[in-house]
Amino acid sequence: MTLIEQEQAEPAGEVPERRITVTVNGARATAVVEPRLLLSHLLRQGLRLTGTHMGCDTSNCGACTVLVDGTPVKSCTMLAVQADGHEITTVEGLATQSELHPLQEGFREEHGLQCGFCTPGMMMAAKALLDRNPEPTEEDVRWALSGNLCRCTGYQNIVKSVLWAAEKLRA
Amino acid sequence: MSTPTRAPAAAPGIAPDQQRDRASGIGGNAARPDGTLKVTGQFAYGSDLWADDMLWGVTLRSPHPYARIRGVAVGEALATGGVFAVLTHADVPGKNRCGLEHSDQPVLAEDVVRYQGEPVALVAADHPEVALRAAKKIAVDYQVLDPVTEARAALAPGAPALHPDGNLVRHLKLRKGDPAASAEVVVTGCYQVGMQDQAFLGPEAGLAVPDGLGGVDLYVATQWLHVDQRQVCAALGLPPEQVRLTLAGVGGAFGGREDLSMHVHACLLALHTGKPIKMVYNREESFFGHVHRHPATMRYEHGASADGKLQYVRAEIYLDGGAYASSTPAVVGNAGTMGIGPYVVPNVHVDCYGAYTNNPPCGAMRGFGSVQTAFAYEAQMDKLAATLGMDPVELRCLNAMSLGSEAPTGQIVDSQAPVAELLDRVRKMPLPPARAGGIGGPSALAAQRHGQPAFDLRDLPGGVANTTHGEGVRRGIGYAVAYKNVGFSEGFDDYSTARVRLEVIGGEPVATVHTAAAEVGQGLVTVQQQICRTELGVDQVVIHPVNTQVGSGGSTSASRQTYVTGGAVRAACQAVAGQAVALAQRQLGRTIADLRLDGGQFVSAAEGTVASLAGVLGSDIIEETVEWRHRPTYPVDPETGQGFAHVQYAFAAHRAVVDVDTELGLVKVVELACAQDVGKAINPDAVLGQIQGGSAQGLGLAIMEEIQVSDGMIRNPSFTDYLIPTILDMPPMQIDVLEYPDPNAPYGLRGVGEPPTISSGPAVAAAIRAATGLELHRVPIRPEHITGSMPGPAP
Repeated sequence: MTLIEQEQAEPAGEVPERRITVTVNGARATAVVEPRLLLSHLLRQGLRLTGTHMGCDTSNCGACTVLVDGTPVKSCTMLAVQADGHEITTVEGLATQSELHPLQEGFREEHGLQCGFCTPGMMMAAKALLDRNPEPTEEDVRWALSGNLCRCTGYQNIVKSVLWAAEKLRA
Repeated sequence: MSTPTRAPAAAPGIAPDQQRDRASGIGGNAARPDGTLKVTGQFAYGSDLWADDMLWGVTLRSPHPYARIRGVAVGEALATGGVFAVLTHADVPGKNRCGLEHSDQPVLAEDVVRYQGEPVALVAADHPEVALRAAKKIAVDYQVLDPVTEARAALAPGAPALHPDGNLVRHLKLRKGDPAASAEVVVTGCYQVGMQDQAFLGPEAGLAVPDGLGGVDLYVATQWLHVDQRQVCAALGLPPEQVRLTLAGVGGAFGGREDLSMHVHACLLALHTGKPIKMVYNREESFFGHVHRHPATMRYEHGASADGKLQYVRAEIYLDGGAYASSTPAVVGNAGTMGIGPYVVPNVHVDCYGAYTNNPPCGAMRGFGSVQTAFAYEAQMDKLAATLGMDPVELRCLNAMSLGSEAPTGQIVDSQAPVAELLDRVRKMPLPPARAGGIGGPSALAAQRHGQPAFDLRDLPGGVANTTHGEGVRRGIGYAVAYKNVGFSEGFDDYSTARVRLEVIGGEPVATVHTAAAEVGQGLVTVQQQICRTELGVDQVVIHPVNTQVGSGGSTSASRQTYVTGGAVRAACQAVAGQAVALAQRQLGRTIADLRLDGGQFVSAAEGTVASLAGVLGSDIIEETVEWRHRPTYPVDPETGQGFAHVQYAFAAHRAVVDVDTELGLVKVVELACAQDVGKAINPDAVLGQIQGGSAQGLGLAIMEEIQVSDGMIRNPSFTDYLIPTILDMPPMQIDVLEYPDPNAPYGLRGVGEPPTISSGPAVAAAIRAATGLELHRVPIRPEHITGSMPGPAP
């Protein structure tokens, strides 16, 4: 894949390629990609946004969860070309320059992570929950994160972290 | 005895006003120094590493569990555009062998492959897909052989020898008292434990960078840098100065990174191509790329008096080590020496075997030999209680090990062993409420008929599959207690090295800790900072990158790092503090007997604050490097297994509450309660995290986790088919943390990480037995075992 800085003609070569434009964490990026390229690979290798992790390649673990137009998506099962014209939020887009997002604070405050590999995906899935349900119960949190695996924490503190963030966001 | 006991952890909830001491010393909930990096996506895991001119390395692995290699043709692969190198065993410049305890595993296979997934060749290319396609063009001429796929069969006379010295890796004999003791009440059972995977979420990954002078720098996610370095050096034929390792971010480990994975392979490709080489396994390859937990077949016989006192235990334990030894000898040592559980038994006769087979290699996983036997000995304790008509917890307490007890190895338990208290505590914790209207009871069903389910149907076994409305669902409660050795045993020279530096930066005193001890998520970096703050009285503590430029930190395994590296950091801090005090006294021109460091000041009881640390240090730098050992252990007698084998024991007990759909065999774990003695909670939050995560892994092995191996082939190498507990499978926990100090250990602490993984699974199994009345001899317990369509092995 090639990231391009300015308008160019549609590329023509042996390998079929498509030009796509995505908005990632508020910034527009145009790239020339093979149609088979996964969104997760575009983010990690093309845009070097390595906070989106790949843990299983089969959409089971959820470490690669990002938001596409606000909806949580496992980016290892979405093609980059499918994201053409859409808005993507990754973990790198959660914090502002000066402030962590309450979810990030919550995971840090409530010991919601150990190795941290699942954490970006957990936070993105949790953000989608809190965006639509600002007052989740513990059950709501568990159901919302049921597609994201964690091997370190036994999930207890992940639930607490999300509830911490919900409370902070309401305050 | 009055002992400080931590309050049980609150059920999940929020304490918004709770002020945490973010920079606390030991005993406080200090924040992780890597927390912000991890929540912002900036923390660099092995798979995130990047060099602009790097190539991608891939591994060609054997599709057969046992085969002779008649030839390997690499020409077509090498001719592929974008390919820079294709390597085989002939390209290994040093010794083509590696291994943790025995160097018995080829870096790249020579004339034979002994397991499905054994590395045969390597490819480096400018794109990972190009490398994968080229690897498929390597033509390996295999003569397929019949694999040996069962440990007992491997040890039977006439079995084909998979290694020059035969198929026995280790036989541990434990002999105590009368080998032919008899008893009034006898129960026997045969038990099996399936092969569990560590299933760390961050796959094996690293980056090898050639230095242009014949050496290499390897950045890798691992558990034990120096033992990696030793093996990489041997394979490359290079001295340690030319093979420098740095820890990359580790996405979980749990034992699965104690052996080499891509380490040598990436270095070979880097030295061969002169370019940085990145290797990242995908999930499927990860299942073939690391060792697993040993499957076990165990036969037990327990004899007790009519009043429930254990008279004897006899056991035969077979552990399938797979194709290469890895840490099988030590796993056998643990499974054997602690194979009857934390109980006092006068007569013990245990034979524990580790065997080579053509199954995937097995080695370290959290619990390390003790997990397998706990399923068996705790099932036996329940069976014995049922036979005696006794309460299972009472039977355990009656026979519980305590301070001063003699272990089956003859070793006297010389610090607190609160086995009975732990059981008592989990039993007394409040039980989760019964479901409104009762499960499957008339009122619940009546409520449902009126369109008002008495409870959330998703909480029943089967979850959203909506497989029951409560009919056929029975609740069960089970208990288990277990113990585990902390640190390396049987005479291993178990040490860690810490370098601590104290200096003034920007007017503030700053300590820097440099070790080679791997942070894998457990929070060792936090603990190191806390120890420095306590010992040096400084707030700012920097964790130096973890690498081989300092002496070995030993393995991040065996629940040992807080103990051993913590001990080393404390010792180094004390040496540094001693020098700082001496410097202050020289500057003051007099001796103050109790002068010490506190809050960045030199203070004494008589004189209060005497001088500031920053003022005394000025531009001086104090640095000390200390190699610290725990008290020695000793090998056990080869004929009797007697000896001072273990430096410390750690204990945990669980109570599990389950709902079982007895018609479909589906299980929902409703609650797990745990009590554990940790000696001293250096960081209480991190302790709870270990208990919660460890308990989840034990639960997983009890009801869902198994690498399905048939004919030596892994049938489920993906997270689609190898299931680990989700947030819906893992119930809320009540946790009680005890702090009985071990006088032999730094701060009185006990290793924490493994015990909860050992006792949670047997408690879940016991609860399922209680709900169903079935004996259930095998874990993971599958639906067909419960419904009777396939009851598992006969007792």
